[in-house]
Amino acid sequence: MNTTKRNPKSGFSLESLGSLILQVGVLFAVLGVAYLLFANTQKNLEIRGIESGFAFLWHEAGLPIGDSLIDYDPSRGYGYAFLVGVLNTLLVSALAIVLSTILGIVVGVSRVSNNWLLAKCATVYIETLRNLPLLLTLFFVYTVVLASLPHPREAIAIAEGYYISKRGIYLPRPLAEDGFAVFAAASIVALGLAFAFWRWAGAYKLRTGRSVHGFWGGLVILGTLCALSFLATDRPIGSEMPVYKGFNFKGGLALKPEFAALLIGLMLYTAAFIGENVRSGIQSVHAGQIEAANALGVSQGVVTRIVLLPQALRVTIPATTNDYASLVKNSSLAVAIGYPDMVSIGGTIIGQNGQAIEIIAMWMAVYLTINLVISLAMNVLNARVQIVER
Amino acid sequence: MRNSTKIAAVAVATLAGASTATAGTLEDVRAAGELACGVSEGVPGFSNPNSDGLWEGLDADICRAVAAAVLGDSNAVRFVPLASKQKVLAVSSGQVDMTSRTTTWTMKRDSAEGVDFTAVVFYDGQGFMTSAAAGISSATELNEATVCLTTGTTTELNLADFARANGLTLEPVVFEGKREAVEAYASGRCDALTTDSSQLAAFRAGFADPSEHTILPDVISKEPLAPLVAHGDNQWKDIVTWVVYGLITAEELGVTQANVADVAANSGNPAVQRMLGASGDTGGFIGLETSWMVDVLSAVGNYGEIYDRNLTSTLGLERGVNAQWTEGGLLYAMPIR
Ligand SMILES: N[C@@H](CCC(=O)N[C@@H](CS)C(=O)NCC(=O)O)C(=O)O
Repeated sequence: MNTTKRNPKSGFSLESLGSLILQVGVLFAVLGVAYLLFANTQKNLEIRGIESGFAFLWHEAGLPIGDSLIDYDPSRGYGYAFLVGVLNTLLVSALAIVLSTILGIVVGVSRVSNNWLLAKCATVYIETLRNLPLLLTLFFVYTVVLASLPHPREAIAIAEGYYISKRGIYLPRPLAEDGFAVFAAASIVALGLAFAFWRWAGAYKLRTGRSVHGFWGGLVILGTLCALSFLATDRPIGSEMPVYKGFNFKGGLALKPEFAALLIGLMLYTAAFIGENVRSGIQSVHAGQIEAANALGVSQGVVTRIVLLPQALRVTIPATTNDYASLVKNSSLAVAIGYPDMVSIGGTIIGQNGQAIEIIAMWMAVYLTINLVISLAMNVLNARVQIVER
Repeated sequence: MRNSTKIAAVAVATLAGASTATAGTLEDVRAAGELACGVSEGVPGFSNPNSDGLWEGLDADICRAVAAAVLGDSNAVRFVPLASKQKVLAVSSGQVDMTSRTTTWTMKRDSAEGVDFTAVVFYDGQGFMTSAAAGISSATELNEATVCLTTGTTTELNLADFARANGLTLEPVVFEGKREAVEAYASGRCDALTTDSSQLAAFRAGFADPSEHTILPDVISKEPLAPLVAHGDNQWKDIVTWVVYGLITAEELGVTQANVADVAANSGNPAVQRMLGASGDTGGFIGLETSWMVDVLSAVGNYGEIYDRNLTSTLGLERGVNAQWTEGGLLYAMPIR
């Protein structure tokens, strides 16, 4: 930033010329070494008759994959199989981020709670989970907890259509029936109306000083309209029930044990770190401020929303960004318990095809992209919630 | 667990590195004074560490035979356990000098993945194991079943082919290591476990009650298992190849661990004389000592002895197709002359 403000002419001196030459020299050296490595790799690959390049992505993969979000069969290409892995990585990471955030907030708030028992439990949780290697937690969830569930034949039925067994958790799959389009449209309109009401309530309060319950009012509008359109279209959402047939449950929505174990493991582990971030965020706010706000007779909710959170989040969010990034990278432990994430499938492709360099480059590109997106999003969030320093 | 990532990194580093000796493995092994030999992470009968940490099994003995031929010392082996998906990469990147690890000879591996296969040491085929209680008698009855297996194998490719060819839907659960796959099957996560049949027999024998598990009669693939070496070092490939042929030929000619010294000195059979260096110098063809096969046989015995010791006496595996060609089997070693 400074250099741009400086007068370019005054910046020219013998000293800066020397440093320029040095920098160019270093740049060339780095590029030279990179080129040498590249050329050498190409040569060694050629000597050994190993292919290089990305053409293999279109070759038939022939791999069986057990858990896929998109239609996959072994006649698809390696590239498509890798995509299946990327989507699985994204799914498990996204869900784990949401769940660990919720659990982390609960744990962090409990830790500073005045309830002695609650605070102690939260402390024990945080200390245990943070100090156990994630791999151990994963193995525990996968081989001890999930594997001790009954065989699907004797599955635990929570309710009609909800089953838990060592083959996974099976739920009814929601299906769009006749009239779903109408219902969906009506719901969107309801959401719009609710939002408009909420905005209006805010504006009304500013104008008149009288407060209307904008949030709750909006919720009531949304709920009522949705319920009405649901009844009017005569049950637009049906469900496909899982049924036990032959070897396994069929139909319904399945959470495979590998996926469940990874999700639970990542959630438990990361929540401990987020809990700590939340605690330190809360404790970073000077107690005097809260006391002062309380003394003014402001309601507890407003104190939390207006005084506590903006300052606490300033501490919590940056630390949590790091934890999200670690979570995404930790999801590669999937390979240990047989969940087909991007690293697991990529590793299989290396094993089947021998082109390690290309796959490693693809892993790096995907992780880098995901983590850049996360930190970008978190920076935007951070900028929005931060109190503006005056 | 993260081994595969690590090994991929090693592979990339070696491939990028300046001095990767493609030729000259023999010199490298001699200079190191030991043979780095890739084996499995523990498959009874093939390569499995015993309670003293000593590697046992047919594949492990092949490593010892090569070490005996090259270094004159069958104990000069550094065993490197490899998960399935590392086995080819570990060889092509030079992390090990050879791999002797239930690895199927396929065209792609042999031609496009930087390795060469040497000689088949075991003819296997892929099968399925299910719990006896499931009452299944053929693999084609496995429609909709969950199947445990390991990644980076021909096993996973064959399974996909088999399902496609027979119009079956199989739900695979694919693990990186053999231990996880077997444990998942044993815990009931899967209805079936699939891998090479001989390994199924070994795993079954290791269960608390083997009679609870059945190996289905179907054999869905050809799995010729052979040691592999890096592509491009013909001398080294010759050495490993001819050590295997030597082991097989010795059985054919009746030379055993017990009688090798005596036969080397006294046999009148020209074929035996040639192999054991009493006449001519077959070892010299491949850059080894004249006594190469004497060293090998006095260390590990011939193929039949290795097979009996590791597969028949412990696991009860019959010779089957792995009998000598003269006995109606497939073992047919090229002539040593
Ligand atoms: N013949 C197969 C490999 C069969 C095989 O080795 N399978 C498993 C047994 S389930 C294995 O040994 N896994 C690796 C380990 O030792 O962890 C191939 O060449 O791909």
